[in-house]
Amino acid sequence: MEFLGLLLEPLGYDFMVRALATTALAAIVCAVLSCWLVLIGWSLMGDAVSHAVLPGVVLAYIAGAPFALGALVFALIAVTLIGVVRSTSRVKEDAAIGIVFTSLFALGLVLISVTPSQTDLNHIIFGNLLGVSVPDLIQVLVLGVVAFAILILKRRDLTLYAFDPTHAHAIGLSPKRLGALLLGLLALTSVVALQTVGVVLVVAMLIIPGATAYLLTDRFSRMLVIAPAISALCSIAGIYLSYYLDTASGAMVVLTQGAAFAVVYLFSPRQGLIGTRLAKSRRKKAAAAAL
Amino acid sequence: MSTPAILVENVTVHYGEVLALDGASLAVEPARICGLVGMNGSGKSTLFKAIMGMVKPDAGRVLINGEPPAKARKKGGIGYVPQSEDVDWQFPLSVRDVVMMGRYGHQGFTRRPSKADRAAVDLALDRVELSEFAGRQIGQLSGGQKKRAFVARGIAQGATMMLLDEPFAGVDKRSEATITRLLKELAADGCTILVSTHDLHALPQLCDEAVLLMRKVLMHGPPGVVLQPEHLAMAFGLDVLNRDVPDAAVPDAGVSVPGVSNRPGRG
Repeated sequence: MEFLGLLLEPLGYDFMVRALATTALAAIVCAVLSCWLVLIGWSLMGDAVSHAVLPGVVLAYIAGAPFALGALVFALIAVTLIGVVRSTSRVKEDAAIGIVFTSLFALGLVLISVTPSQTDLNHIIFGNLLGVSVPDLIQVLVLGVVAFAILILKRRDLTLYAFDPTHAHAIGLSPKRLGALLLGLLALTSVVALQTVGVVLVVAMLIIPGATAYLLTDRFSRMLVIAPAISALCSIAGIYLSYYLDTASGAMVVLTQGAAFAVVYLFSPRQGLIGTRLAKSRRKKAAAAAL
Repeated sequence: MSTPAILVENVTVHYGEVLALDGASLAVEPARICGLVGMNGSGKSTLFKAIMGMVKPDAGRVLINGEPPAKARKKGGIGYVPQSEDVDWQFPLSVRDVVMMGRYGHQGFTRRPSKADRAAVDLALDRVELSEFAGRQIGQLSGGQKKRAFVARGIAQGATMMLLDEPFAGVDKRSEATITRLLKELAADGCTILVSTHDLHALPQLCDEAVLLMRKVLMHGPPGVVLQPEHLAMAFGLDVLNRDVPDAAVPDAGVSVPGVSNRPGRG
């Protein structure tokens, strides 16, 4: 009864309800996308795009345009620049990514510093979970549902792209277009998660859930269920923790996801460092008992 | 003469400054098994990519059954078995999942498998004798089984042409024999098969014809003839006594071997 009371108390505040709804939604969409990102090896790309959208979001704010539009444009600019730097100079890809996204991120910070605004644009950087307004929630809802729907409807093509782009090409699909689709969805999803944990920590939500699920199953279709389930659960737990411990909400969400990964990393029966050993000794005992 | 299943005409491909293919020409008749021999960097993978239309030739053209590669791809006729090192064997997919990917070209917007798709996958798995492993994660197969899983994907796809990149690398003797028999059966059913390899001992049992590649087609004929040491020396730049062969000793691309059709339009 006391536990139930602890769960229900924050729900008495509208801002907490909005925070929980936004977080759960962002967590689910990011987690689904993360399954592909970790398998393709695009984690760094996720990092890059989620940071590089900052100037786009600020410019969209100044122009009064939807954040998602600005974010998409700058995600595209970032990916193009990374490709250009990599292919036309001797600089390797990781360095190209590092140069482009930090520069664009810095541009965003500069733009924020010169933009007079009523809402604090710094909230974009660290998230402002407890200050989610109703229009914010609606925007996240619309973008989140669109991104989620596309990811789920095209999941088989995206998986094929991640696993064997040559075969995708051989059967008449366009790996280039599928890659572009995934990058576009990455930009869209970044905007969804901005609100929750902020630009700096979006990348956590785009990597940790997929990586965690990957340690738990050998089936991609199951990853697509496990990752969002864990992510949503951790995010909600993170918000409750931040409420009772009076800590930064976005950071708490990421910290909870990181803790969940650590637990799985150690105790997963398939891949876990300790879990695999426990399973082995249990089998040994069972064999000894059978004798 | 019938339309060749694969026609490569004077194809030249550059990667930046690097010349990967230099006026390569090749014709493979339907239902033949053709072995592509050459050392690393001889342009084998580039030739594959040109046939699949993944690289656009700077010069020359490729026709699949008399059509441009894009059309052949749309029809689902081109099956591809990747080189082992190009595959992420940790990828969380079952053998059945991988074979089902062969059906995507036949499916709707979301690639939801129909009854017919499932039946085609079961049939393909049965044909390569992997039915009992259908539920395994793809990396938990032996080297030969992995190759067969990808051949099954081509079968499920209904490919009329299959390209295999180094199918015998990391494969034990018994699996090699199984794969050879399987490919021969497919060819007997009318499938044209192109195998790239630098593993020469398996070729005579498998192939109807062999091609020596060194940026251009040096020779194209029966494996017994093409694989003779003095011919291999041309492609590998060494003779059997390991003396360097001077460039002047490399004959023109237009070498033709009796008994093998040479496409018109070549030297």
